[in-house]
Amino acid sequence: MTTLPLEPVPPPQEQTTPSAEPRWRALRSIDRSDRIYQRLLTGIALALPALILVILGVLFVSALPAIERYGPAFIWTSTWDPVAEIYGAAPMIFGTLASSFLALLIAVPLALGVAIFLTEFAPRWLRQPVAFLVELLAAIPSVVYGLWGIFVLIPFLRSVVIPPLKAVFGWTPFFQGVFYGNSMIAGGIILAIMIVPYIAAVSREVLLAVPVSQREAALAMGATRWEAVRSAVLPYGRAGLIGAIILGLGRALGETMAVTMVIGNRHDISVSVLQPGYTMAAAIANEFSEATTNMYLSALFEVGLILFVLTVMVNAVARILIWRVARGTAVGSRAL
Amino acid sequence: MFRRSLFTLGIIGTLASPALSGLLQAQVRLNGAGATFPNIIYQTWILTYNQKFDNVEINYQSIGSGGGIRQFSDKTVDFGGTDAPMTDSAITAIGGNVLHIPTVLGAVVPTYNLPGVSQQIRFTADVLTDIFLGKITNWSDGRIASINPGVTLPKQDIIVVHRSDGSGTTFVWTDYLAKVSPEWLQKVGRGTSVNWPVGLGGRGNEGVTATVRQTPGGVGYVELGYALINKMAFGLVRNKSGNWIAPSLESVTAAAQGAMDQMGPSTDFRVSITDSPGAQAYPIASFTWVLLRKEYPDHAKGRELVKFVWWSLTEGQAKAPGLGYAPLPKEMRPWIEARLRAVTAGGRPAWQGPAAAGTAQ
Repeated sequence: MTTLPLEPVPPPQEQTTPSAEPRWRALRSIDRSDRIYQRLLTGIALALPALILVILGVLFVSALPAIERYGPAFIWTSTWDPVAEIYGAAPMIFGTLASSFLALLIAVPLALGVAIFLTEFAPRWLRQPVAFLVELLAAIPSVVYGLWGIFVLIPFLRSVVIPPLKAVFGWTPFFQGVFYGNSMIAGGIILAIMIVPYIAAVSREVLLAVPVSQREAALAMGATRWEAVRSAVLPYGRAGLIGAIILGLGRALGETMAVTMVIGNRHDISVSVLQPGYTMAAAIANEFSEATTNMYLSALFEVGLILFVLTVMVNAVARILIWRVARGTAVGSRAL
Repeated sequence: MFRRSLFTLGIIGTLASPALSGLLQAQVRLNGAGATFPNIIYQTWILTYNQKFDNVEINYQSIGSGGGIRQFSDKTVDFGGTDAPMTDSAITAIGGNVLHIPTVLGAVVPTYNLPGVSQQIRFTADVLTDIFLGKITNWSDGRIASINPGVTLPKQDIIVVHRSDGSGTTFVWTDYLAKVSPEWLQKVGRGTSVNWPVGLGGRGNEGVTATVRQTPGGVGYVELGYALINKMAFGLVRNKSGNWIAPSLESVTAAAQGAMDQMGPSTDFRVSITDSPGAQAYPIASFTWVLLRKEYPDHAKGRELVKFVWWSLTEGQAKAPGLGYAPLPKEMRPWIEARLRAVTAGGRPAWQGPAAAGTAQ
């Protein structure tokens, strides 16, 4: 322990009046700089919500002509005809929700499996490399995912995955129609691969934060390791796990490039995952630069506004969900 | 440390450059924005022109035709670029203060993926329309077979691939279909994005190409220059005169020549040259335009801009074929010259014609 030259202020000196004066002054000046610092930070912190409000305002004002002309029917009609200036966003809203839901369906078991394996079952030497590689997936640019989707995933789906799926599930509405390649399922799978690292990384942190005592208690009761995970570890961390999933969902809702390259970009609503679809983010990215008329542009802004509101709603629902689940448990809110 | 010195250099540079150039010569800065299709040739022109005339600094941003028209109308740029001409209402909205000047020609070609077929497939206007309307759904359809004698067409579903992003390429393609088919005009119409009756959307020429290549039975449309550079398989199209025309730079220039009858010295050049009557004309071709103002407030700006445009349309044309663009027919030059002479800048004519352009300013 070395002492700093300015630091030693012996207690007896503090009690004497002459030296207390400069000390008080010093405190005053610290107080002033503290206040400036505090105001600066408050300003920065308030700038972010202000920015969100500005974005919302700009979106709304720009979308106003479309809102006035098409009314609420914009949300549930499905014709998108820039030539006749008839706009309905239903296929894109459906496509955004469906592709994200499909992605979660595939990604959640995968990501939770990875997280559970890495925290509970993997040998120590394997944990870091696997965790690193999974997180590396998050570093791949989305356009690369898109290219990989076109040149690797879609041919693979067409020749290997879809024929047997169609043979077994062809009777359900979800696997109807001819598979062209670019489709909802291709979009869902690409999205799933993209959000796995987010969900896996956060879930792993959450599971690591579950106290060892929880596991030991379950094991002491005679539980197998799987039973311990299922009955003690997962319930303890469930708020955090839901948070991890919502984080992935948020990413899936807004993803643009990779999805537009494989989803088929068709303004259609189809229950079958083999059919092409469209998402809001993809439509905006595709059509914005060549939107020549004001109403067209305004309709695209309204799509943006809907996407914005949808994302906010998903986050709000997630907050409520976590808040309700978190009553009684502690872990997890930390990881968010 | 390094960063800071760069920053300082940047500041010195920013402060010094106007002063320096002011000493040398009055520097004119021209900004343009718009269509992505002609971007490569515009950048080449700008680069070459700048080497000859270093008193002008030209900047073109390829943000898309829609953005180009918007920025031109808002007067944030000095000139625009577009693949789809401005509508009458858009022109009225800016008080008619715009000239469409064609710069080069582009064409759109049908491309397809038919495993086992090595011959070039022939298309007619009717067949193309019905394929894209979803009425012809199989390659073995009798109507395709009858115009392709000697070709064994597979019994394969047709999968239509179109552009998903708004594009001048789509405009030219749908403009052609709307011209040859009343049904297409009524059901779909023409535009940079349309409500496609069937098909998958690919993003950009490369997205359409990739999807067609990956999809047996796929048929799509891409821009000619892109197809030539990537050595893609594309079809022949029968033109108005009944000839089977392979898309090429020559047959595209021929399309403009064939369409010149519709134009005249006083045309505003917003003409569509699809389905051109010329005997050797490839029918799915179009101009791409720069948008100039009829009146520029600043004389130096207007003068240099018109000078540059004229240079592009004369000397600059030689650069076009190598980059996959079809040059304008020479016969159009006098008409364009007349239009450019009419541009005023600062209350007087911006440009005195080609003779004056040769003399150094």
